[in-house]
Amino acid sequence: MTFVLLAEQVLNGLQFGVMLFLMAAGLTLIFGVMGLINLAHGSLYMVGAFAAAATAAATGSFLLALAASLVAAAAAGALMELVVIRRLYGRDHLDQVLATFALILIFSEGTRWLFGSFPLYLDIPDALSGPVTLPFGIEYPRYRLAIIGIGLAVATALYLLITRTRIGIQIRAGEEDREMIAALGVDISRLYTLVFALGAALAGFAGALIGAIQSVQVGMGEPVLILAFVVIVIGGIGSVKGALVGSVLVGLTDTLGRALLPAVFGLFMEPSAATTVGASLASMAIYLLMAAVLILRPRGLYGSA
Amino acid sequence: MNLKSLIAGAALSALATVAMADVKVGMITTLSGGGASLGIDVRDGFMLALKQSGRDDIEVIIEDDQRKPDVAVQIADRMIQAEDVDVLTGIIWSNLAMAVVPSATAQGKFYLSPNAGPSALAGKGCSPLYFNVAWQNDNLHEAAGAYANTAGYKNSFILAPNYPAGKDALTGYKRFFEGELAGEIYTKLGQTDYAAEIAQIRASGADSVFFFLPGGMGISFLKQYADSGVDIPLIGPAFSFDQGILQAVGDAALGVINTSQWSKDLDNPTNAAFVESFQAEYGRLPSLYASQGFDTANLLISAVEAADVSDTDAFRAALEAANFDSTRGKFRFNTNHHPIQDIYVREVVKEGDIYTNKVIGVAIEDRGDAYAAECQM
Repeated sequence: MTFVLLAEQVLNGLQFGVMLFLMAAGLTLIFGVMGLINLAHGSLYMVGAFAAAATAAATGSFLLALAASLVAAAAAGALMELVVIRRLYGRDHLDQVLATFALILIFSEGTRWLFGSFPLYLDIPDALSGPVTLPFGIEYPRYRLAIIGIGLAVATALYLLITRTRIGIQIRAGEEDREMIAALGVDISRLYTLVFALGAALAGFAGALIGAIQSVQVGMGEPVLILAFVVIVIGGIGSVKGALVGSVLVGLTDTLGRALLPAVFGLFMEPSAATTVGASLASMAIYLLMAAVLILRPRGLYGSA
Repeated sequence: MNLKSLIAGAALSALATVAMADVKVGMITTLSGGGASLGIDVRDGFMLALKQSGRDDIEVIIEDDQRKPDVAVQIADRMIQAEDVDVLTGIIWSNLAMAVVPSATAQGKFYLSPNAGPSALAGKGCSPLYFNVAWQNDNLHEAAGAYANTAGYKNSFILAPNYPAGKDALTGYKRFFEGELAGEIYTKLGQTDYAAEIAQIRASGADSVFFFLPGGMGISFLKQYADSGVDIPLIGPAFSFDQGILQAVGDAALGVINTSQWSKDLDNPTNAAFVESFQAEYGRLPSLYASQGFDTANLLISAVEAADVSDTDAFRAALEAANFDSTRGKFRFNTNHHPIQDIYVREVVKEGDIYTNKVIGVAIEDRGDAYAAECQM
């Protein structure tokens, strides 16, 4: 394994982590502020990707497509909150899981009804396509670098929003004690809708960014959703900082595990057995990471006691 | 005529149509979820052939297996016990076929596979009542290996998902490929990001890449590969290059070589008529899955014309004769009831705004499969 290959794999892990962060940030905010387990978060990711693909097909503009993904996912999220989620805050987690699971089915079949069963086309804009040569001769796709940049910018913006603005104070207060901030005159149900729409917009944005390098199809959100749950468990439920650290950890573990483990087993096993064992172990790596974190810190890295 | 007798008349005529349908077909296929486009194509191809035959003595019941083995088994049990079907068909995925086919044939039902061809059913687990109209799973991969030899490749990097059909794929490629392997990777089933694998391909120094990544996995891989700047030529089986997928991949697929037993430009009258009528009926180009559904139905019709389905031996002999016009041109069954057929090399091209495949040669002629010798009927 050369240095260049290793550096490329680290960048890949970082890019994967940043993408997971966009999903996990919304999920963790919604859980932290409202105490709600939202399984349908992956559907919002899909909504964003489909909105982007449809807009790109109609207008040819990737920027408009990204804007459409934000608007569509935020609108779908707000609607979901007003119609269904709002009735679930007082219920226990099992009811929430059931209802949001039903939402997954409704969103999936609804999307199939609107767009059909065949995957849609969404491509990288010309300005960002192709590889770019970094220092030390590392060749890396320009679009993936852009995702890393955008993701870090979103993380910074989210951090500022939560620590420096009035709405951020309300969100943090909502996590601590929802009765008290309602008593202080904050319109709690409006705050909830807002947080939900914000989380939804981030998920939809991730869907649009990733849709350009993967396939835009029904059910694309669920595999990412599972990883996003792993991330928030590792990072500590409700903590945006934890979501960022957890995402990057999961991204790096998964990517480097896939890249390195088969080679490690190749040192003392015959090649085809090594690839099989390595691949199997690599797909377990993030769950092993999660288990290790939970043993050392049962509430996650940044979870409040 | 009063209302009562009208209803009675309607009921009687309904009974009469049921009585006329002397062959009952149960189709279990994937119509929802991630793999739905494959099942929909098989179903549409199958129903098109029935419609064109104009026969009203074949009744088809269609159910969605949701790509879940347990659901498929439940549907099969119900079709066999409650609906009393004569012939089962439709399953797309090998793991579902393994869950359904052995018990269906053990209960005396015919099974015609329009897609899945796991090695277990071609070799020791073969059955006189099981026919595969598509291919044995290894076939298209073997053809890719054979093509790599003729193209002069000496050093291939190969990858497939870590599940039985993925392992069959790499085994099939290696069975025919005579060069060295620059690397061999099993990816996670359902994986959508291939950055790590593409980095390894870039560093491997291979002169060719063989990949088997069906459905959305292939779309992701092709787009990411094209964007990575790696320019090692790709080879794959047709599964990542069917009509539905190509439109989602776009320019990234252009020029990629893939192997298939069928292509829309195969030059025979049956195929030309099939492509035209499929497009007229459904408003889209057929995929290889649609051609397999179409051939399966025509095989069934040819057997129904020749024999009574209740006479198992005669009906089996009629199926074995494969006396129908296949969209593939030549088609016959091997001793294990799997096809012996030519497998073609295709290249992805753009015709107007539509991405599609063009045949550029034959990879293997008259290929049966590696397991036929193990089949004792």
